[in-house]
Amino acid sequence: MERMIRYLKEYKKESILGPAFKMLEALFDLFIPVCVAAMIDKGVWAKSSGYIILMAVVMIILGVVGLASAVTAQFFAARASVGVATTMRDELFEHINDLSYAEIDRIGTPTLINRMTTDINQVQNGLNLSLRLLLRSPFIVLGSVIAAFMINGTAGVLFFFVTGVLALIVFKLMQLSMPGYKKVQGQLDVVLGKTRENLIGSRVVRAFGRQDDEAKDYANSTKLLYKLQTRVGNLSALMNPLTYVLINLGVAAIIIVGGFQVDEGHLTQGEVVALVNYMSQILVELIKLANLVITVNRSLASYSRIDEIFGLEPTVKEEHQFTIPAVNGSPKIEFKNVSFTYNGSPEAAVEGLNFSIMHGETIGIIGGTGSGKSTLAQLIPRFYDATEGQVLVDGRDVKEYSFGQLRGKIGYVPQKAVLFKGTVRDNIKWGKALASDKEINNALEIAQAKSFVDAKKGGLDFMVEPNGRNLSGGQRQRLTIARAVVRKPEILILDDSTSALDYATEAKLRDALEYRNQGTTIIVTQRAAALRNADRILCLEDGKVAGMGTHEELYRNCPVYREICISQLEGDDE
Amino acid sequence: MSKNKTGKKMLDSRQKATLKRVMGLIKPHTLLMIVSFILAIGTVGLTLYAPIVAGKAIDAIIGAKKVDFSVVYPMALRFVIVIAATAVFQWLLSVINNHVTFSIIRNLRNRLFSHLQNMPLMYTDSNPTGAVINRVISDVDQLSDGLLMGFTQLFTGVVTIIGTLVIMILLKWQIAIIVIVLTPVSLFVARYIARKTFDMFQLQTDTRGEMTALVDEMVGNQKVVWAFNHKDDVVEQFGIINKNLKRCSQDAVFFSSLTNPCTRFVNSLVYVGVGLAGCLFAIGGGISVGVLTVFLSYANQYTKPFNEISGVIAELQNALACVARVFELLDEKEQEDDSRQMELTSRVKGAVEFKKVSFSYIPELPLMEDVNFKVLPGQHVAIVGPTGCGKSTLINLLMRFYDINYGSISLDGNNINTLRRKSVRDCYGMVLQETWLKNASVKDNIAYGKPDATLEEIIEVAKAVHADGFIRRLPDGYNTILGEDGGSLSQGQKQQLCIARVMLKLPPMLILDEATSSIDSRTELHIQHAFARLMKGRTSFVVAHRLQTIQDSDLILVMEDGAIVEKGTHEELLAMCGNYAELYYSQFAV
Repeated sequence: MERMIRYLKEYKKESILGPAFKMLEALFDLFIPVCVAAMIDKGVWAKSSGYIILMAVVMIILGVVGLASAVTAQFFAARASVGVATTMRDELFEHINDLSYAEIDRIGTPTLINRMTTDINQVQNGLNLSLRLLLRSPFIVLGSVIAAFMINGTAGVLFFFVTGVLALIVFKLMQLSMPGYKKVQGQLDVVLGKTRENLIGSRVVRAFGRQDDEAKDYANSTKLLYKLQTRVGNLSALMNPLTYVLINLGVAAIIIVGGFQVDEGHLTQGEVVALVNYMSQILVELIKLANLVITVNRSLASYSRIDEIFGLEPTVKEEHQFTIPAVNGSPKIEFKNVSFTYNGSPEAAVEGLNFSIMHGETIGIIGGTGSGKSTLAQLIPRFYDATEGQVLVDGRDVKEYSFGQLRGKIGYVPQKAVLFKGTVRDNIKWGKALASDKEINNALEIAQAKSFVDAKKGGLDFMVEPNGRNLSGGQRQRLTIARAVVRKPEILILDDSTSALDYATEAKLRDALEYRNQGTTIIVTQRAAALRNADRILCLEDGKVAGMGTHEELYRNCPVYREICISQLEGDDE
Repeated sequence: MSKNKTGKKMLDSRQKATLKRVMGLIKPHTLLMIVSFILAIGTVGLTLYAPIVAGKAIDAIIGAKKVDFSVVYPMALRFVIVIAATAVFQWLLSVINNHVTFSIIRNLRNRLFSHLQNMPLMYTDSNPTGAVINRVISDVDQLSDGLLMGFTQLFTGVVTIIGTLVIMILLKWQIAIIVIVLTPVSLFVARYIARKTFDMFQLQTDTRGEMTALVDEMVGNQKVVWAFNHKDDVVEQFGIINKNLKRCSQDAVFFSSLTNPCTRFVNSLVYVGVGLAGCLFAIGGGISVGVLTVFLSYANQYTKPFNEISGVIAELQNALACVARVFELLDEKEQEDDSRQMELTSRVKGAVEFKKVSFSYIPELPLMEDVNFKVLPGQHVAIVGPTGCGKSTLINLLMRFYDINYGSISLDGNNINTLRRKSVRDCYGMVLQETWLKNASVKDNIAYGKPDATLEEIIEVAKAVHADGFIRRLPDGYNTILGEDGGSLSQGQKQQLCIARVMLKLPPMLILDEATSSIDSRTELHIQHAFARLMKGRTSFVVAHRLQTIQDSDLILVMEDGAIVEKGTHEELLAMCGNYAELYYSQFAV
């Protein structure tokens, strides 16, 4: 709740004035019955029409003032609740962006989206209602209990007792339904996941003709959702009838006890009527409160789910934001006894890596599926932190750098060619925000993307759809390469990112990189042919270095490398 | 939305149409709705009766030594019974309404899902996933919130109003008239606010959709965001949408929350009116003070549901805005129903012919024109060309993911447009470069094309694609549940599973789109043998970059810019000295 209090502090004025005006309105509401009583007592019995009209005017004035305070209250409540939700969304989004890939893998994107949207909306809703009603309702309830005590001690005790039991019921039900709502939300996440999965995989599902099975599977998960929803819904639905019964048992008790008291002369008939009215008043407000509790309950459940996400500590952390100088004469990149194990995995992905890469070298990293070559590359920009050992860039541990400085040195081209909604220019500018068109075109040329971009309508202004849907895989890959090249990186990492390119294009790209891109280049690949221009090659097997050296050296001395080359030659001969 | 000048209409015509369709959703539950209605009437009737019973008891409590306990006790008992019955009715009402609402949204989601399955791929290809998800999840949820509130409160509200009205008219019709005349003001205010806020809610919903799409895109691709230090920009971009959302939400929340205070004010006016008229009547002796008291309490009860109903209307407005988008999705045209089309009964031999085929995604941008080629059963067709030349379009047409605009594609002499889609697709085994795996066990993923496969069969194909080893190393072996999109498997491992999936199915024809692009060459070499076995005697379409692998193909199609520019065997194409020859020599020149 600390976080919520901090948010509310931002809206201190609103969150105090909102409830305050709401209480003012409640106070005016409480005056109305007093006026009616006066109308009857002093107007009707004295047969004074003038007094009756005067009272009516007073009541209308009270109503207008009440309306004004209510509008003010709603305004502040809306401002505060929407404001808090906005801040929360901003912070949550930023927090999610701070999380490491390991955490996002574990939680899943759909869950995160749900937290960002549905849950925060729920919190906003709950907060809005709380600001409006959380004080108002207890205020009226308490006022009624006090009034009862003032009329008659016995009745007061009765009121106190009834209110106590009511509170107990309300909170017990709330406690019981809380886990139910949590389950509903969890199942909703499942349904969302399946929706998403089927949208993305619609081609494969259709290719295998499994639409009906998928629909059946989906129907099963919505069925479970339905069950969970009705279960918790029916439990929550007990709230209103139970409170209603209790309050009216109270009324019955007042009638009987009141009957005795009146018979003995301790109470008048009018006072009994007043007590019954007060009891009804409690009911009305308690029903509101109970409904509020349900909403608040739901938003609390949402809130705790959001808090869970906030509670996640990113495993990769930035120590400071300063720029630090390189150590003179050190290799560009150095791995010192580096091991890395993925979260929850029994085996290390890479183990005991020791090697250095010099300035300006082009290094190939080759190995089979699951040999750890991609993991190795991802340790350099700190997508993951080494579990053991040190990764050094320019003679310093990568952890010593700020993210900005470290990643600023690197142009990374991911395995999955990801582009974003926006123009081609916008996408390339991800690499360098202030890149001129000349620089962009230059990068496109190196990445062998110039010709197809020029052919697109609008050229650099061609609109790329979300996830680059309107481009082919190869086109996407070339744009992601251009995006990395445009920043003229000190270290260019191609993480198996030419797989969708045809041979000729890949060869041209390789030459262009060799002659036109300065700096150190790391090419992760499975194809030996892609490493023709590499100065040295690092061959990995099962997370360990199988050999490092030039093509000739490795071919002579490293059986794994030789096998890879031969297998690919044989493949070529087929 | 058309601005309705009359200003008194609660809903405009579009909203009405939407509401009508919502009613259509409720229709299957007619019987329960009738029960629900009866329960609502019962609940309200008892609620109205309770004060009368209590009043009679109180009437017997006149003063000291003047309390008639022979009336007080039975009345108190009757009161308790009435209360208990009310509570039971109320709870049953909620249970029924829960059932109806949650059933409706369950069916609606199922319908949406099936609909998405039957819509042309064009839709999923051209709409952001996040936005579609938003409709299926959040929008449907909003409908349930609106409906749930609507059911419980609209019914009881209306019945309370009618019941109270009847009793009041019976007690003193002159005072009842004041109530009847003043109350429409309350309704008018509620309608006015609801109309005004509809647009605000619509805007809010749209902005939320925009936000979801951004979150989906950015969180899904976080590595790239990181690599380019783009966190701050993304956060800023999000901040802008968030700020927009804040603005329109604040409006929507504030203006819609005015409904309650405004109607409450009108209600106070009604109360004052009744009090004023009642007191003036009482002076003249027209009614007793007791009746006046009853009147005042009923006036309160009468106006209270108006508060609730206007609350319901605000919620309903919101739900309508959302459900309109849901219906919009449901109204997207499905692909033509093919249930009456021909099924392929015997196993296909695999003859494929393209005759004068024309196709384009967008009518204004012609793509493929007059494509002709013929493939004999068992022949191997290779498709080559630079990236983006339209190879995937060809696959879209072969599999009938998209229908051609002109000409015909035939399979064993049958025009595929006359065959059921499922029948056509069943003939092919497809391995795409872009892998897709289900959030299910490894076993189920491999058996995706043949759900009744035995574990032995599954293990056998896994061994054939050299996946058995890594699968066994997974925490639960073949029963390991892969996460979303294959979870932590590498791209190559995912591809291996996709190949296994097709091998298990053993389809008569194959489509392989760079099927081994992410698999390392040593593993690939082993898989090649299995592939060779699989392809033997099967018509196959292979998209490949490495020309060496396709030299033996029976037919090579060279594509460029969506069109087939050259076709023939390796030797024929080399002799042409065209694009293929250029491509071929470039690979070996390097």
